[in-house]
Amino acid sequence: MDYTILILLLPLCSFLAIGLPGTKLKPLVAGIAGTVTLATVALLSYYTAYAYFTTQNINGIWQTIVPCNFTWLHVGEKLHIDLGILLDPISVMMLVVISTVSLMVHIYSMGYMKGEKGFQRYYAFLSLFTFSMLGLVLATNIFQMYIFWELVGVSSYLLIGFYYTKPAAVAASKKAFIVTRFADLFFLIGILVLSYFTQTFDFGTLMTGGGAILNRSMGSTFIGTSALTWAMALIFTGAAGKSAMFPLHIWLPDAMEGATPVSALIHAATMVVAGVYLVARMFPIYIGFTPEVLHGIAYVGAFTALFAAVIAIVQTDIKRVLAFSTISQIGFMMVALGVCTSRELGQHAHGGLGYMASLFHLFTHAMFKSLLFLGAGSVIHAVHSNEMKDMGGLRKYMPVTHITFLIACLAIAGIPPFSGFVSKDEIMTAAYGFSTGMGIWMTLTAGLTAFYMFRLYYRIFWGKEYKVHGNVTPHESPRSMTYPLMFLALLTIAGGFIPFGKFVTADHTQYIIHLDTTVAVISILVALAAIGAATFLYRKENRRPARLADKTRGLYKAAWNRFYIDEVYQFITRKIIFNGISRPFAWLDRHVIDGAMNGLGWLTTRTSEAVRGFQSGSVQWYAWVFLLSTLLITVLAIL
Amino acid sequence: MNFLTIFILIPVLMLLSLFAARNRKQVLSIMVTGSAALAAASVYLAIRYITAGNGGATGTMLLTSSHMWYKPLNIGFSLGVDGVSVAMLCLSSVIVLTGTFISWKIQPLTKEFFLWFCLLSLGVFGFFITTDLFTMFMFYEIALIPMYLLIGIWGSGKKEYSAMKLTLMLMGASALLLVGILGIYFSAGAVSMNIPDIAHIDIPLDKQLFFFLLTFIGFGVLGALFPFHTWSPDGHASAPTAVSMLHAGVLMKLGGYGCFRVSICLMPDAAHILAPLFLVLTATGVFYGALAAIHQRDLKYINAYSSVSHCNLVLFAVLMLTRTAMTGAVLQMLSHGLMTALFFALIGTIYERTHTRMITEMGGLMRVIPFLGVAFVIAGLASLGLPGLSGFVSEMTIFIGSFENADLFRRVLTVIALSSIVVTAVYILRMVGKFLYGPMQNPHHNELTDAVWYEKLAVVILTAGIAYIGMFPLGLSDMLNESVGLIK
Repeated sequence: MDYTILILLLPLCSFLAIGLPGTKLKPLVAGIAGTVTLATVALLSYYTAYAYFTTQNINGIWQTIVPCNFTWLHVGEKLHIDLGILLDPISVMMLVVISTVSLMVHIYSMGYMKGEKGFQRYYAFLSLFTFSMLGLVLATNIFQMYIFWELVGVSSYLLIGFYYTKPAAVAASKKAFIVTRFADLFFLIGILVLSYFTQTFDFGTLMTGGGAILNRSMGSTFIGTSALTWAMALIFTGAAGKSAMFPLHIWLPDAMEGATPVSALIHAATMVVAGVYLVARMFPIYIGFTPEVLHGIAYVGAFTALFAAVIAIVQTDIKRVLAFSTISQIGFMMVALGVCTSRELGQHAHGGLGYMASLFHLFTHAMFKSLLFLGAGSVIHAVHSNEMKDMGGLRKYMPVTHITFLIACLAIAGIPPFSGFVSKDEIMTAAYGFSTGMGIWMTLTAGLTAFYMFRLYYRIFWGKEYKVHGNVTPHESPRSMTYPLMFLALLTIAGGFIPFGKFVTADHTQYIIHLDTTVAVISILVALAAIGAATFLYRKENRRPARLADKTRGLYKAAWNRFYIDEVYQFITRKIIFNGISRPFAWLDRHVIDGAMNGLGWLTTRTSEAVRGFQSGSVQWYAWVFLLSTLLITVLAIL
Repeated sequence: MNFLTIFILIPVLMLLSLFAARNRKQVLSIMVTGSAALAAASVYLAIRYITAGNGGATGTMLLTSSHMWYKPLNIGFSLGVDGVSVAMLCLSSVIVLTGTFISWKIQPLTKEFFLWFCLLSLGVFGFFITTDLFTMFMFYEIALIPMYLLIGIWGSGKKEYSAMKLTLMLMGASALLLVGILGIYFSAGAVSMNIPDIAHIDIPLDKQLFFFLLTFIGFGVLGALFPFHTWSPDGHASAPTAVSMLHAGVLMKLGGYGCFRVSICLMPDAAHILAPLFLVLTATGVFYGALAAIHQRDLKYINAYSSVSHCNLVLFAVLMLTRTAMTGAVLQMLSHGLMTALFFALIGTIYERTHTRMITEMGGLMRVIPFLGVAFVIAGLASLGLPGLSGFVSEMTIFIGSFENADLFRRVLTVIALSSIVVTAVYILRMVGKFLYGPMQNPHHNELTDAVWYEKLAVVILTAGIAYIGMFPLGLSDMLNESVGLIK
């Protein structure tokens, strides 16, 4: 499978080819070049998936293959950083997800971004992002993953800040980069600790040759916890930053300042799930050696899922609702990974249902969430606003957007037979298997999900009638935008029927899914009840929502202000770090440290001025000094 | 004749022909020809060194020769290069070349400016090719004096103060150095001033401790060792563009190079004992420089503090005393040299257009000067350690190398130094966000013109260097690793 290298090289070439000439290239040429490249990449990915899943199952076990790998840098006696391609069920699955969503976004953007200044730059950045994201999932070693991890971070920075003359976009891009960078710092420390003990970065060596290597790091402890546990917890912190887990989630809602297709690609379907992918990639170590970290991941995920869902209920910017929904859904994926338990520790531990459910949800979520974002983009394109108050009754004007959006809403709410139902239900089963408390918590969150999604749906497409300004009526988007919507809607319907357990499991063998009917029935009932409540409140314009908000004013206000987490960060960064540490440091440098140097200079000058008098050349003065000193010495001698 | 003498011969020839030059055009053609010749010579040297290495000869000094110069003190004109000095020579020639292009329009006294600039280069090249302690010291002093005049005459702002401060602090440091060098010479038995010869001799520990302190601080001042770095922000801010480039890009590397070649190589026992002290200072410097940079408004001050942070990282890595970390230190010197030169070149060209360096007085410049803007962002990304650009390679090598030390003390310091990558991201993005992005602050800036050919050429050369190291570091890193492996 040597051709897989092309999957990486093609987007890189298209980035350089579109990016370097800049505005000398015609916008249309840039768009077509980018889209055609991506179409080729997508075809290659599908072919790779086909070839992999038809040939690489030996004795019921999916093989891990490395079609190419070369050394990029030596760091130390044994350690070396490689760049290469690793194919196993999860990387192939991600390959399909990324290239599909990216292709859809490329096509969609031809319509959405038409006439925008910097169209070429936009397509160049999209190619750069796709290259980095593919490099991340295909990584053969953890350091390669880190390299591409940083590259997706910077592509995200560039795309969020695409409208660089808008101060809000600049601030959002800065915030996204710095928050994730902060998390990456821990990731890097984790890698350093892990690689020091194992003397390898390579996934293959870590997982298969694992036991002996990893046990070495179990022996060494720091503050009562083994080095391996520290390393894995630190690595998860990096994952939490990228995947917007509480309390590192604050960058994602602001990242909505970027163009909507970008949000669909980066901040819904691909980059933000990189954290889930990282945990899944390191899963054998988590479950086999540090289950306590894994359970920590479950709690972080569960808290984030509910927390974000509560905020999503009261937001009025449709993209922000979707952003919080994404945070909440990634929480679901983290929970699913975290609730995996295995009786045996060490080499033969396998995750069971949760692992498979998590990645299945990642897959279906990528489809329906990018559909939701692209649908929202279509709406924004029509009404030129992100705010719910400028929408309502749009179903008459935009039928395709309406139907596809509804399909996605049903999927995320967990209504059968849409894909979201199947994957979410497996997560529920896994959560109930872990503990009843976790199960109930997640069911509650799922209910809230259905509620806020249908609030969003009704407020856009139903509710009050759209007020037509002058003779400009909102109209359906061009075909370049509606076709991707329809394609993704198709995937959203069909996705649930994929026998996922056959392909993607923690131990690369088949996992037979048996749906727990009790759990399924409870989930469906809760979802239906939530949708019913949303219908009651938002289908027609009425005063009920306002009254409800009034009754729960305290909670409403707190949720509206996102529980003041941003303010806490503001306080820490502005007040404490910027004013409290950085300013004194700058002052200290100018006045104390530099002052000491200047003081030294001053002292030298003064001393020389004082001493200068001794050699004035005035004979009278010498005579006086001579006489007085003689007298003084004489007097002293006599006394 | 030793091939290395060409690195002294060319600057001398340039100096002589500059004396004879009668107009600006002649001056510029002499400078371009000369610096291109230097660049060609250093590339040829690098190729020759690497091919010799394939024959199994790396890891030792190549092209060595020695002529006794002053018998009573055994001072010789000894030449020789290893991978580290070859890399530094390449860096210097690239910066001299690009510095020439950036100074294309320097006014007034064009000829005199380039005369001093040439003399400065002569000192730098001489320093990197010699292996004799005293001759090294002499070239170091040659490089130092022109700096005073270049800043004092062609500088901006409070240039007299800055020039005086810079020169006095560096002179003070060289007083320590001279004592240190003579001390090493006498305690090593007074037989030779040549570094490879002294390296075989065991200097008594008590003497090592004393002279390590003297030489490390002496070179450290030049390498912006915290807390002796305060000459650098003022000096850089006042210096003319090309001088800032050469100074931050190359001259500060003399400090790191000296610490490595003289203090660490010749007195390894003292280095082991005294390293913790200096590690604390340098780790503080790394973090502190970055924090201080957050608060600056002047582009040159931001970059100067950023240099303090990056240069302290060089010294930090050298003091880790592992082979990987030292390789990283040299990589960091190269990377920082190119990066900071690019920064200063861009700041200079932007300043020529806007007549201000205050980020609060600019905004939205990306739209009017896209070429310079994009280059600035690339330099910024290199500075915050983006993979694919040089900063990442050097920083990662340093941090992995530092982690090879198993003790908690060094680990904690490594983590402190490591956290600077977040702070770096903060000040770089703040700077870029303020003056390149956002709405236009000053309506006059709408008429700015983008870079012209000589500026573009300089920027492209430097960017290409940064990208090359960032993407294909293997050959370079292996070459340096071989060379630093010589240390006991």
